[in-house]
Amino acid sequence: MTDRSTSKEPNRRPPIPVLAMAVIAVAVLALPLVGLLQRTPWSSLGTTLGETATLEALRVSVVVSLLAAAVSVMLGLPLAWVLARLSFRGRALVRAIVLLPMVLPPVVGGIALFFALGRRGLIGRVLHNGLGVDTLIGTTAGAVIAAVFVSMPFFVITAEAGLRQLDPRLESAASTLGAGRWTVLRRITLPLLAPSLAAGATLSWARALGEFGATITFAGNHPGRTRTLPLAIAQANEAGRPEAAIAMSVLLIGVSLVVLIGLRHRWIAPRSPRPERSSETSPS
Amino acid sequence: MRFLSLGVLAGVLAWLVTGCGGGGETTVTVYAAASLSEAFEDLAIEFEAAYPDVGVKLNFAGSARLAAQISAGARADVFASANGATMSRVVAEGRTTTPPVLFVRNRLALVMPIDNPGNVTGLEDLSDDGLVLAVCAPEVPCGALAEAVLADAGVDADADTEETSVRAVLTKVTLGEADAGLVYATDVAAGGSKVASVPLGPQFRFNDYPVAAVSDRAVAADFVDFVLGPDGQRILRSHGFESP
Repeated sequence: MTDRSTSKEPNRRPPIPVLAMAVIAVAVLALPLVGLLQRTPWSSLGTTLGETATLEALRVSVVVSLLAAAVSVMLGLPLAWVLARLSFRGRALVRAIVLLPMVLPPVVGGIALFFALGRRGLIGRVLHNGLGVDTLIGTTAGAVIAAVFVSMPFFVITAEAGLRQLDPRLESAASTLGAGRWTVLRRITLPLLAPSLAAGATLSWARALGEFGATITFAGNHPGRTRTLPLAIAQANEAGRPEAAIAMSVLLIGVSLVVLIGLRHRWIAPRSPRPERSSETSPS
Repeated sequence: MRFLSLGVLAGVLAWLVTGCGGGGETTVTVYAAASLSEAFEDLAIEFEAAYPDVGVKLNFAGSARLAAQISAGARADVFASANGATMSRVVAEGRTTTPPVLFVRNRLALVMPIDNPGNVTGLEDLSDDGLVLAVCAPEVPCGALAEAVLADAGVDADADTEETSVRAVLTKVTLGEADAGLVYATDVAAGGSKVASVPLGPQFRFNDYPVAAVSDRAVAADFVDFVLGPDGQRILRSHGFESP
């Protein structure tokens, strides 16, 4: 409390207003979850989650989100490489297009998808007339497309950031030593990039798992094909079956927590200012 | 300049907070089934003409969603549901302040895109699995009705999508994404020239719509009375609703 201590080094005591706001911020984020958990009928949770309709929605969610994440990685990695390594006119525009689905309301994405891929849409017309794709409504393919639209940006920006942090000298050193492009990619670039790719894939998968608006708008609501957990939760809530909605919400929260714990080295405990190297040395 | 911009800022804030330029007037918040959209928009205009100091705020969605919101404490004054089962959930939560009264009757109609790519002419065509069919989810009134009507007709139809509001079904059809949809007869007009339709006759089941006040405010009862009164009924009939 003496003047000397404050003048010699920065005050260690955090300012009270900052602390108060931080506590409020945590409360804003945590209270809804606490509210949900205290209303959860734990004793009947198992029965509700064991219902065929719930299991079906869970299966659709898992299938759709994994497929969406796979597509996001396949298409998103080349895009991330282009954005990180090539400089070309319009790169800022491309990046804006990539980021747009992250800020757009998903329902807008769903409507936009109609006018692109719907039966009478830009490309949809060709699919419909030329390739015999009847409709994407009520099909798992439609749900995957909707999920890719909202989730791929998460993979692209994470992978691009990873590529930018990569020391290009390592790659050039390898090629100086005679490694071909393919070998450099396989033995140097991808292994160095692996943590970013894993984080990006997990993030985009988690986003796909929670997707609601674009899916119900574009792919509709069909049990066993497009009715994912979020759709089933909304429907149960509106149908006056809040217990089912709560049970499925707890299930989704559980899955999301598992993902966050899996990513904890990146986000829950980001690079700590103290020298703590354990996570750096362990192979990841 | 500084005072001017402060003034503008204050004005914008006032508008953002109160949601209206005038301020001071009473509003009545009406939660109504999606199928009532156009009819209640007209009705609100005439209500505001009859009660010049009251503004009407309308919120349209599937009845089930509205019932869930009201049960969760949404600040609505009036609830107009598309069937009795949905209204009874709000009654069971103790939110209604007047007993629900049936105010209109509505029937289903088959809608197709105007060029009718699936060659749908009647309910029996809906059993074709190749047909892209949109219906309401069984949880919303139009879905419960569609399920009952199809069962009565002995048609085994596999819907490609179950929408949570009747207007979402109509949209899928007007966009040409679905070959057929089951909506209310009163929704067909909203589809305009983009849809063809086949009304389902009086031999089929119908929905009766109840309305009730869900707040103690006097304007809530006024609005309910207006819906049930001659002016309200005239407007509703002009939109194709029948009297119950």
